[in-house]
Amino acid sequence: MTQLPPLVALVGNPNAGKSALFNALTGARQKIANYPGVTVERKSGRASFADGRPVEMIDLPGAYSLDPDSLDEAVTRDVVLGNLSGHRRPDALLIVLDAGNLDNHLRFALELIAQGLPTVVALNMVDLAERDGLRLDAQALARALGVPVIETVAVRRRGLEPLMTALDGALKNPVASIEPVATSFGAQNQRARDIARSAIISEAAGRQWTRRLDAVLLHPVGGVVILLGLLFLMFQAVYGWSEAPIGWIESGFALLSDGIKNVLPNGYLRSFLTDGVIAGVGSVIVFLPQILILFLFILVLEASGYMTRAAFVMDRMMAAVGLSGHSFIPLLSSFACAIPGIMATRTIMDQKERLATILIAPLMTCSARLPVYTVIIGAFIPASSVGPGIGLQGLVLFGLYIAGILGAMLAAAVIQRFVTQSRTSSFLIEMPRYQWPRPRDIAINLWQRAWVFLRRAGTIIFAATIILWALLSFPKAPDGSNVSQVEYSVAGRIADGLEPIVRPIGFNHDIALALIPAMAAREVAVSALATVYAIDAADEDAAATSLGPKLSADWSLATALAFLAWFVFAPQCISTIAVTRRETNGWKWPIFMVSYLFALAYAAAGITYWTARSFGL
Amino acid sequence: MQLDHLPLNQIALIRAIDWESLPDQEGHRLRALGFETGVTIEVLHKGILMWRDPLAVRVGRMTVALRTKVAAAIDCELSA
Repeated sequence: MTQLPPLVALVGNPNAGKSALFNALTGARQKIANYPGVTVERKSGRASFADGRPVEMIDLPGAYSLDPDSLDEAVTRDVVLGNLSGHRRPDALLIVLDAGNLDNHLRFALELIAQGLPTVVALNMVDLAERDGLRLDAQALARALGVPVIETVAVRRRGLEPLMTALDGALKNPVASIEPVATSFGAQNQRARDIARSAIISEAAGRQWTRRLDAVLLHPVGGVVILLGLLFLMFQAVYGWSEAPIGWIESGFALLSDGIKNVLPNGYLRSFLTDGVIAGVGSVIVFLPQILILFLFILVLEASGYMTRAAFVMDRMMAAVGLSGHSFIPLLSSFACAIPGIMATRTIMDQKERLATILIAPLMTCSARLPVYTVIIGAFIPASSVGPGIGLQGLVLFGLYIAGILGAMLAAAVIQRFVTQSRTSSFLIEMPRYQWPRPRDIAINLWQRAWVFLRRAGTIIFAATIILWALLSFPKAPDGSNVSQVEYSVAGRIADGLEPIVRPIGFNHDIALALIPAMAAREVAVSALATVYAIDAADEDAAATSLGPKLSADWSLATALAFLAWFVFAPQCISTIAVTRRETNGWKWPIFMVSYLFALAYAAAGITYWTARSFGL
Repeated sequence: MQLDHLPLNQIALIRAIDWESLPDQEGHRLRALGFETGVTIEVLHKGILMWRDPLAVRVGRMTVALRTKVAAAIDCELSA
């Protein structure tokens, strides 16, 4: 009989450097899944003891206590107490403490030690504490707590070996906890401070760097300017830095397509591979660079500690629409993808605010919309410059993001006033020290995001593309018919039915066709259009030219703008609807969300189209 | 003196916290973040533009952002 390796749970306050320690211990050997029954992300990985025996590590969500304020904290409590059905209780706890925040973090550690599981404490980020003039006595702390205390610097891989040895020892020879279960929160806080004081050897006025940076980044005026500047830089970078890698991917697929054409005779298989698979999936994978750049910015802002400053700067403005700075972080994540954004709302304490944030998250321009925006902007907006370093195309893209944000603010105000009827919001958050983001941690995270995207491209988008190719290719238009293949196909006939509904907002037959598969994933709209034009192309040369020029030849500018306006608001993606259902425990809110977003999208596209028409576009 | 009236960069002690006036959740989170009677506290930054809300305060060795409405429930005295 094989025995499961022991399970060690990393647990600690948010910002204690838990994830960095987890990455250092497990390397890239990580698995991301969900905890049974809840959508909280479960990160697990393998580490090994000195003699090679494996140990399974899980990285629990950051928490302040076992008496939860949020869904994330509830998961941490349930795992630690062994109350989560379908999940085994950890064999040991690895408590991660921020050395520089000992007095505030020790109370939760006491609560955890009192649970009586074999426990080791990692006194993490001792280098930063020393930089801030704080020297600690780990031995004194270990004596007071009754468990081993190991000094670590996760990002420099310092102290990892002694840590694993201590864990091994704690698992082999469990000692009875000397920590009494606390009578009250206040008493525990008092005891935590006493222990912290006894463990501090010397201290100086600390956090000089963080205070100096905050003086600039939280400046009443400068802080706002810097935040806006950062966001603008982020969106310009998404456009500017991705040009070259996109070119490489495009030429790679073109080579592949040519290769197939040379090998295979003209027929269904060749059409399936080049017009279906490569035109469809290729046109989506091309956007991987932009998505990675966006995630890179968000991950760096998060890891450096700036994200909570951004929340601080935004709080008052968010309060104007009934939200708070807490909503800012999930909403910013939603620029990459609404799904992690909606899941990040779990840290919001106020349940009404959380619901409102979930409902408006799809209005943040997610990366799946970028492919659509990029193609349309590329085809219709000239690549001229409107100032040093500012391109017109980038400016239009920025405008689309702003339109989404304004729409979201408006929706939030209406929802908080009339739907959730919330009167107050709250903002209470720890602001961590600034840190240099560690390239290795960022890289691991980016790789995980890229993998999720590619898996989508390989599954949902691949399937949608194949189905669409089949719907477009059959039945075959008879030779010499004056009806085009697309019009004659099954898809063409479905689009015929949809067209009268979208005609008033300026959409043509091709768009009606693209809207159907775009429900699976927004970016499929692009591959759908690519497939439509590839199949309809009169000859090989026409099929080889890229999508942009074809669109600009076929569509009026008014139609293109209406199409963009539609995508600012349309709820489209099925995964978002599914995650909303899971996070709100029912169909009520996802149905509400889909209805209001479709209504907004239809109105916005219509208004855009007729306004543009009245200007003669 | 209430925390929201404390001048910037003046070190003070928490004299009392009016837990009754705070919603349960905010009180609970405040405690979890280490707000207790007798802890040193200092207002480091006030929010943006004309609002000057929320506040960034140092409590113990930690920096916490909170709104002035919550800060009003925290009574402090300047330490000599």
